[in-house]
Amino acid sequence: MQAALFYIFAALALVCGFLVVANPFSRNPVTSAMCLVLTLVWLAGLFVLLEAFFLGAVQILIYAGAVMVLFLFVIMLLDLRAEERRRLKRLGLVGGGLVAAALAVLLRGVIHEAAPAAAAPPAVEGTTEALGRLLFTRYLLPFEAVSVLLLVAMVGVVLLSKKELK
Amino acid sequence: MNPGLEHYLVVSALLFCLGLVGVVLRRNLLVIYMSLELMLNAANLALVAASRFVGNLDGQVMVFFVVTVAAAEVAVGLALIVALYRRRQTAHVEDLTTLRL
Amino acid sequence: MDWLNQLNPTQQFVIFSAVKALVAVVVLLSIVAYTVLAERKICAAIQDRIGPNRAGPWGLLQPAADAIKAFLKEDFIPAHVRKVYFWLAPALAMTPALLTIAVIPFGSQLGAQKMVIADLNVGVLYTFGIVSLGVYGIVLAGYAANSKYPFLGGIRASAQMISYEIAMGLSVIPVFLLVGSLNLSRVIEYQAGGLFDWLVFKQPLAFAIFVAAAFAETNRLPFDLPEAEQELAGGYNVEYSAIKFAMFFLGEYANMVAASALMVTLFLGGWTLPWAGLNQPAATLAGGLAHVGIFLAKVLGVLVVFIWVRWMWPRFRYDQLMDLGWKRLLPLALANVLFTATFLWARA
Repeated sequence: MQAALFYIFAALALVCGFLVVANPFSRNPVTSAMCLVLTLVWLAGLFVLLEAFFLGAVQILIYAGAVMVLFLFVIMLLDLRAEERRRLKRLGLVGGGLVAAALAVLLRGVIHEAAPAAAAPPAVEGTTEALGRLLFTRYLLPFEAVSVLLLVAMVGVVLLSKKELK
Repeated sequence: MNPGLEHYLVVSALLFCLGLVGVVLRRNLLVIYMSLELMLNAANLALVAASRFVGNLDGQVMVFFVVTVAAAEVAVGLALIVALYRRRQTAHVEDLTTLRL
Repeated sequence: MDWLNQLNPTQQFVIFSAVKALVAVVVLLSIVAYTVLAERKICAAIQDRIGPNRAGPWGLLQPAADAIKAFLKEDFIPAHVRKVYFWLAPALAMTPALLTIAVIPFGSQLGAQKMVIADLNVGVLYTFGIVSLGVYGIVLAGYAANSKYPFLGGIRASAQMISYEIAMGLSVIPVFLLVGSLNLSRVIEYQAGGLFDWLVFKQPLAFAIFVAAAFAETNRLPFDLPEAEQELAGGYNVEYSAIKFAMFFLGEYANMVAASALMVTLFLGGWTLPWAGLNQPAATLAGGLAHVGIFLAKVLGVLVVFIWVRWMWPRFRYDQLMDLGWKRLLPLALANVLFTATFLWARA
């Protein structure tokens, strides 16, 4: 059951992820965004399989529900015509492919190294309570830092989106 | 057989590579941005999987931070793109050549 | 019923879950159908008219007539629309509501079965996650139509729903501070003690903010700017007709039902009533049915308020809407969180 679900979610996430970056049917940014939403939903499914329930919910709530809506909002606001069929530069295509392939080889080596720990240890449930406890004790300083970061981002965005910058 | 750590890591690595391909190949700023999000999420998957199979929650806390930072990053990035579009009427990296000699 | 007992627990779980999901969806859809009728009847009463009374006694068959009409009308697709999204958007409009009811406990128990489809530990986070997906149906409809007014409606919807989601999420935090769990069944247990244990009395401010945000999230007046007939001629659904339009229409009402159910669960005691021992999980079949009935009655009550407000209030201007969301509700919700946390800390 779990294995089947894993393969379904993983395959769907990879297919949707592929459609985000290289959709053969359309280069419309909205299509990319919708595929990314789907990828995020399947990833949330994988999180649930890994017993990270809180993160699964947060993934949908924040990423799929807020961040991607923001993306859609901006795409629609800019009213981009579907990306004109510009020729991709061949050099870029080859170079990009090479970089990605190199990275894949590298990662394959890393995963190969990490493989031996096959037996799953007892599950640690990612409950809200356990995560919250950790967040407010051991990770209190990063937590505060992140909240300051959010404030800074907020101020920055308000300034950036003023009509004219002085 | 239940999927082990390496299964999740393979998925994560593949997603990461896909994101990288998107960043390198696509020419639309917004799509590049989305590919970046894809890469971040691949990293998140690896962290959650590691946290599950190592047996402590530190990885998940890390993911929580990544999500928060990503949200801030998206807000700022999109605001930059909008500001850029206002001045140059384009969201294509190839049209942004002011720095070229 | 012997064969049921012979099945192993997994099979039983699957069968019971499937039955519960099916019944919940059927009940939801019939409530939706008759809410539409109720809307028209109440609207008529408020405007001193009679309302639909031709189909069946007191117009009771009106929903059926509407459905047949929607099915038989020509499904016209304008030439300039973006086809894929034009099909996708109506389908997405109703899904969130159907997914939300999965975690809402709509009764105590019938026999040994708990009356909730999935008793999640992160119940309310799941609900908010799903609710936040609700915006896609409207935004994509606006985008798909590829013309001015729907587009404006879509843009308005995305900004409005993101804004009010935040107020909504923050408004319920005090509730969970009090309850100490995100599980919706636990929230109901907490409220079972008596009338004044209901969170609407313990957290009136949270309730007020939640109600306002729920109206905004379901795009009901006074927050129906994405539709705004007078300015946008119907907003995101201008280009839709026949069954696709009906899907949006039903989606709006299904979202209302889901929002009401959530409101009842979080603030109005769920399936409990503080009298006649109705606040304990039912021991008998009749008691179980009574709980389901109480829950439905409460949901219907909230729905009537939804409809009532629609015909009594004018629409906000867009800047007023943003003002209310960001400058009033958000600080109030934050202050409420702070106040409740301080109170709990002082008491401990």
